[in-house]
Amino acid sequence: MNALAARRRHPAAIAILLFLGLALVGTAYSLLAPKPAQAAVATADDAELGKQLFLANCATCHGLNAEGTKSGPTLMGVGAASVDFQVSTGRMPLAGPNVQAPRIDTVKFTEEQIAAMAAYVASLAPGPAIPDAKLTSGEGGDVALGGEIYRVNCAMCHNFAGSGGALTRGKYAPSLYGVDGKYVYEAMITGPQSMPVFNDTNLNPEAKASVIAYLKATQAEPNVGGMTLGNLGPVSEGMFVWIFGLLLMIACAFWLGQKAA
Amino acid sequence: MSDQVTPTSGSASGAGTVSLDEGHHVGSGGLPATFENPGLPPHVHRAADDDPKAAKRAERQVAALFTLSILGTLGFIVSYFAIDRTTSVFLPFVGLTNLLNIMLGVCLGIALLGIGFGAVHWAKTLMSDEEVVEERHAIASSDAARADFVGALAAGAESAQLARRPLIKATAGAALGLFGLTLGVQLAGSMGNPTKALEELKQTIWDVPTGGKPIRLVRDPELTPIKASDVTIGSVFHVMPETLKELREHNVKEGHSEWHGVLEAKAKAAVLLMRLNPSEFKDDVLGRKARDWGFQGIVAYSKICTHVGCPVGLYEQQTHHLLCPCHQSTFDVTRDCEVIFGPAKRPLPQLKITVDDEGYLVAPQGFAEPVGPSYWERLK
Repeated sequence: MNALAARRRHPAAIAILLFLGLALVGTAYSLLAPKPAQAAVATADDAELGKQLFLANCATCHGLNAEGTKSGPTLMGVGAASVDFQVSTGRMPLAGPNVQAPRIDTVKFTEEQIAAMAAYVASLAPGPAIPDAKLTSGEGGDVALGGEIYRVNCAMCHNFAGSGGALTRGKYAPSLYGVDGKYVYEAMITGPQSMPVFNDTNLNPEAKASVIAYLKATQAEPNVGGMTLGNLGPVSEGMFVWIFGLLLMIACAFWLGQKAA
Repeated sequence: MSDQVTPTSGSASGAGTVSLDEGHHVGSGGLPATFENPGLPPHVHRAADDDPKAAKRAERQVAALFTLSILGTLGFIVSYFAIDRTTSVFLPFVGLTNLLNIMLGVCLGIALLGIGFGAVHWAKTLMSDEEVVEERHAIASSDAARADFVGALAAGAESAQLARRPLIKATAGAALGLFGLTLGVQLAGSMGNPTKALEELKQTIWDVPTGGKPIRLVRDPELTPIKASDVTIGSVFHVMPETLKELREHNVKEGHSEWHGVLEAKAKAAVLLMRLNPSEFKDDVLGRKARDWGFQGIVAYSKICTHVGCPVGLYEQQTHHLLCPCHQSTFDVTRDCEVIFGPAKRPLPQLKITVDDEGYLVAPQGFAEPVGPSYWERLK
């Protein structure tokens, strides 16, 4: 005990204590943390399975009856489309509190599980349903009309090329590159997070299909303009010139000012 | 520290050093009364000045740079005619890119840089770099030359009989002076009628003539009317007045192009329509006004930023903030689009709306204030 007391002022003491503390907390968390429920019985009724998944994964924030809590909004009336969008794009369950739920490519649930949760939430109150694949494929949409609608309704947030853009206080409109038409359609009818709703009376289903067709067309279009610099417009282009152009000019100024040997 | 101070006189403790406890000593510091001009440092010759081989090498380098420029120019001309406009190539680090653009740019760069670098290298290695002093001469001419000039002017005026013929002097002066008006009138005229221009800044095609019918709100770009029930909570509609359709029809009837003045009209008339839960408006003077000018939580605001006129289209449906993408001015819809961030000085003007007999949204009157950025006469 005396030896330990004598070494308590050793420079490494703090580091060792910190390490021990962290190791203890980490081990305790891994033992006690709530685990996401795994798929139970695939043959059970969809809504019933969905309810179990909901209780295990969503109820902490959205409430036991999806009535909403201080941490999350109510899911009454958000519809199956909303569940499909949020969970299939990895935005939900939320990894951690933040200004915005980011898109995450590793989705935690199988398609059947997501469909079950969507069926459960849709059974609570009527809301937008998952759109028909015919409308979300973008095939047969009017690209020119879609472009006009996109520029009026979408481009101010999602950028002229669909590369996304900044909103207020750390929020942002995500990039639309490589996003499945189904999720673009669902985002329009449900209005996730900061995005407003574009219901069918505002943009009818054909108009939405045209927007998707336009996005597909612009993304498939070959770009012969060299480096796109993220298609972000003057911000990244200006940055490029500031960095490389200025460096070149400074180098030239140095050379001009030097006396020849 | 004290080692560096070596007073030449007045040292108290003999050995020429001062210790800290001796207090202050007035010393001369060893400075001379005047400094001599040290002149320019001795000139150092460059390699090319002394060594004919080095000079020859520099000459070849300059010539090579100019030749590079010539090749660049020739390459530019050849590329211009030889390369097909639609050919594209893949370049590492750059990606797929148009061959003609790349070749023209690279050749132009080589041509210009060759001239520039050649000239600088020539000046640095071969042109004389001996320092010389050029004496400045007085700027004024000599007194005799100045007297001569005044004499010549006076003699000219005398021989032209300028002093004796005041009528010619006056009319010639007036003719020359008035001629300036022919230019001035065109310049002023090209600026348009200032009173009319100012009036136009205050008008939009939302303005309803006295006793006129309220104007329907229509979707942009389809120009279809909007029912109040179409606008669900959280929705945003990009809106134009129905008069835009009439403007186009009127243009066609009058034999103008259909789009005559349409862009100008749209630029001032663009409106954003949102529906909030009526309870979300702040319960104060501004919030109540915003709610009262709307219809069951549906509110319409000018989309033209009051800072420099960008379209304020970024509506966040959870915070009810409207963000302008140009300079990040942020407006709070729940408080009558009051500015909460950014350079804008005034809230966005609200368009008063209601519904007509068929349930379509209409604007019974135009904007109560000019839309868009501030201008000088706005305050008057």
